[in-house]
Amino acid sequence: MAEQQLFKVTIDNITIEVPAGTTILNAARMIGGDVVPPAMCYYSKLQNSGGKCRTCLVEVSKGSDKDPRPMPKLVASCRTTVMDGMEVKNITSQKAIEARKGVVEMLLINHPLDCPICDQAGECDLQDLSYGHGEDGSRFDFDKRIFDKHTLGPYIQLHMTRCILCYRCVFVADQLTQTRQHGILDRGERSEIATYIEKNLDNDFIGNVIDVCPVGALTDRTFRFKNRVWFTKPVDAHRDCPKCCGEVRLWMRGDEVFRVTARRDEWGEIRDSSNGKTGWICNECRFEKKNTSDWVIEGTTKVNRHSVIAQNKYVGLKRPPEFIEEVMDGVKQRYMLDIHNVSEVNEPEIRLDLIEGPAHSEDFEIADEKREEKENK
Amino acid sequence: MQKLLLEKDNVEGIRFYETYRREGGYKSVEKAFKMSPADIVEEVKKSGLRGRGGAGFPTGMKWSFIAKPEGVPRHLVCNADESEPGTFKDRYLMEFIPHLLIEGLIVSSFALGSNVTYIYIRGEYAWIVDILEQAIAEAKNNGWLGKNILGSGFDCEIYVHRGAGAYICGEETALIESLEGKRGNPRIKPPFPAIKGVWDRPTVVNNVETLAAVVPIINMGGDEYAKIGVGKSTGTKLMSACGNINKPGVYEIDMTISVEEFIFSDEYCGGIPNGKRLKACIPGGSSVPILPANLLLKTSKGETRMMNYESLADGGFATGSMMGSGGFIVFDEDQCVVRHTYTLARFYRHESCGQCSPCREGTGWMEKILKNIEYGKGKMSDIDLLWDIQSKIEGNTICPLGDAAAWPVAAAIRHFRDEFEWHVLNPDESQIRNYGLAHYAEPLTPKGELV
Repeated sequence: MAEQQLFKVTIDNITIEVPAGTTILNAARMIGGDVVPPAMCYYSKLQNSGGKCRTCLVEVSKGSDKDPRPMPKLVASCRTTVMDGMEVKNITSQKAIEARKGVVEMLLINHPLDCPICDQAGECDLQDLSYGHGEDGSRFDFDKRIFDKHTLGPYIQLHMTRCILCYRCVFVADQLTQTRQHGILDRGERSEIATYIEKNLDNDFIGNVIDVCPVGALTDRTFRFKNRVWFTKPVDAHRDCPKCCGEVRLWMRGDEVFRVTARRDEWGEIRDSSNGKTGWICNECRFEKKNTSDWVIEGTTKVNRHSVIAQNKYVGLKRPPEFIEEVMDGVKQRYMLDIHNVSEVNEPEIRLDLIEGPAHSEDFEIADEKREEKENK
Repeated sequence: MQKLLLEKDNVEGIRFYETYRREGGYKSVEKAFKMSPADIVEEVKKSGLRGRGGAGFPTGMKWSFIAKPEGVPRHLVCNADESEPGTFKDRYLMEFIPHLLIEGLIVSSFALGSNVTYIYIRGEYAWIVDILEQAIAEAKNNGWLGKNILGSGFDCEIYVHRGAGAYICGEETALIESLEGKRGNPRIKPPFPAIKGVWDRPTVVNNVETLAAVVPIINMGGDEYAKIGVGKSTGTKLMSACGNINKPGVYEIDMTISVEEFIFSDEYCGGIPNGKRLKACIPGGSSVPILPANLLLKTSKGETRMMNYESLADGGFATGSMMGSGGFIVFDEDQCVVRHTYTLARFYRHESCGQCSPCREGTGWMEKILKNIEYGKGKMSDIDLLWDIQSKIEGNTICPLGDAAAWPVAAAIRHFRDEFEWHVLNPDESQIRNYGLAHYAEPLTPKGELV
């Protein structure tokens, strides 16, 4: 086999060598940290996915060594392959940041923002995206478009209002299952994921559409409204399954298994199983094995994502390397929901029980002053 | 004034093979089959022919990009999905001189090595499908199509495929998807159709008029063709003129006349009816920026604006527009730019395929805001918001539909901002009368008595 050609690509002033044919997004993921553009529709395990949500737009300031012209438009990093000597600007490009803000705003204008009653809340890609890359508030003051709820068979519920039309579930049905009963109906603003007409999604692997859904549009009917994801504890487990790899993540509270999902990596994508199979799991494992006795428990796992469910909860969580100060002239990284940095409530110096009446912000200001004094000394 | 495409459109019965052949049709096929395919491509390159579908990409260059892997068939697809509001030039060509397109297709198929060639026609042109199929049958009966054409050993079949009524299928990759029987969503480029097009085979997609123009190029030679016109705008262009003009219709121009001549001369549009004055014009189909009269007739440098690719684009989008697909829409003083922009926004909202988010959500948002402004419910901040939305759609989408939706809104706000503001400030008055000319027409010389 010929030796694989390596291309040198510079993303936000960080240079890395990647094999030819790698996309900019995957090259950025190899670097990790803040230079990774967000991706709502791209899913590395699904062919042809990506390019649709436009959140991963980056600026290419130098096409390649051979042709150093910059690309005229922002490009979708998930579908653009790197060239040798390419220079990409993501967080260092004001243009890309502005465009991404626009995309986030547009994704949210028709999103119902019903996070308080949404099962996906806490592990939702759109929540992360809007917190990390969006602006405060919306300038959209019209009625949002609405769709009816659909029950797609005994296991899957479709909330089309929440959908961002990433097409991932369509690709799952195309690439994992033998028949595809759902697809996009209508076009433009009115386009929706639907079956034609009112069919059930009935296939052994169709449950995976729930895992790939970046928002709460496709939810698990066996888990709906049972619990919030951040109250449940992720536990790795496996069983001998004739259909799939059998390696799953159980979401437990006490001894009760609330839901079963496939194992995901730090990008929220299905991880390959230990025996080299793909990590997709079958409907039986996902929906029917809800007893601890069905599983061989491997132990609690770390959720390696910067989401609410991962925040400060799991010991030994490995943070991705931080380059933001380096590449942005000392601009500090913005942590996602790091409440311990903004609130002094957990400060041991303040004994809430010693404060008379309810605690006010002044109480914490006093504590701040005390600490500053201490630091000055 | 030299006519190349519409030279014989008045001949009785030109729609039928006998008359077309008697008038000198299919000569270019005879000539082309004595040349090598590479020579034909070279002739087209020499002619400087630019794509007539809107973008104006040099056709010869496009043809030379087509990949030629061993054993893989190549395809030529004729884009007859002419859905741009204001553009109807291809319809005229196909309806009245269908054999010209067939002839151009045979020559181009030979040049590109396409044995199976498709005409993807707009679904609404249902009756033209019959005309084309009749023309194809006639051509086949007379040995211009089928196996071993003119004993050259080259086989070619032409099929007509009807679209199902989607503007987006005029975009070449969406057209290819639709031709393959899938949902008409544009593909993400690269790979370009020249590498992977219909059924992953190398494909060239060309506009009807472009392919028809191949016939005169072969007949008269690329160099001769290049002498017509000016600069990089060679040959003749069909313009479909409509709106507030005395003589709407399809005109063939040689790109050396001025915009003023085109609108006011009796040979072409024949001026504006009822003695009204020119307010604005969209020179190239609904997607290109609208221009107020003062910028339309003269460029910002004070030069006379000519009807060609360069001159219409002079000044970029700030003070210029585009040749586009040649849908020339003229507005007189009675037209409301806000209403017009709202109509276009509604069209693009309806036609967006819904694949990528800025276009799917942004077009609907713009339409809602414009509707408010048009019906007297707008706010001043809406105008800036519109500007911001269009800037976030433009350039950030997969296909040019996002740009096409953003440009008309951007240009309307850029040039007619006071009209938008007047709508916001006078919500009641704006419902009963129009803003009128304002200062846009001031640099014009008065035409007619009524001013």
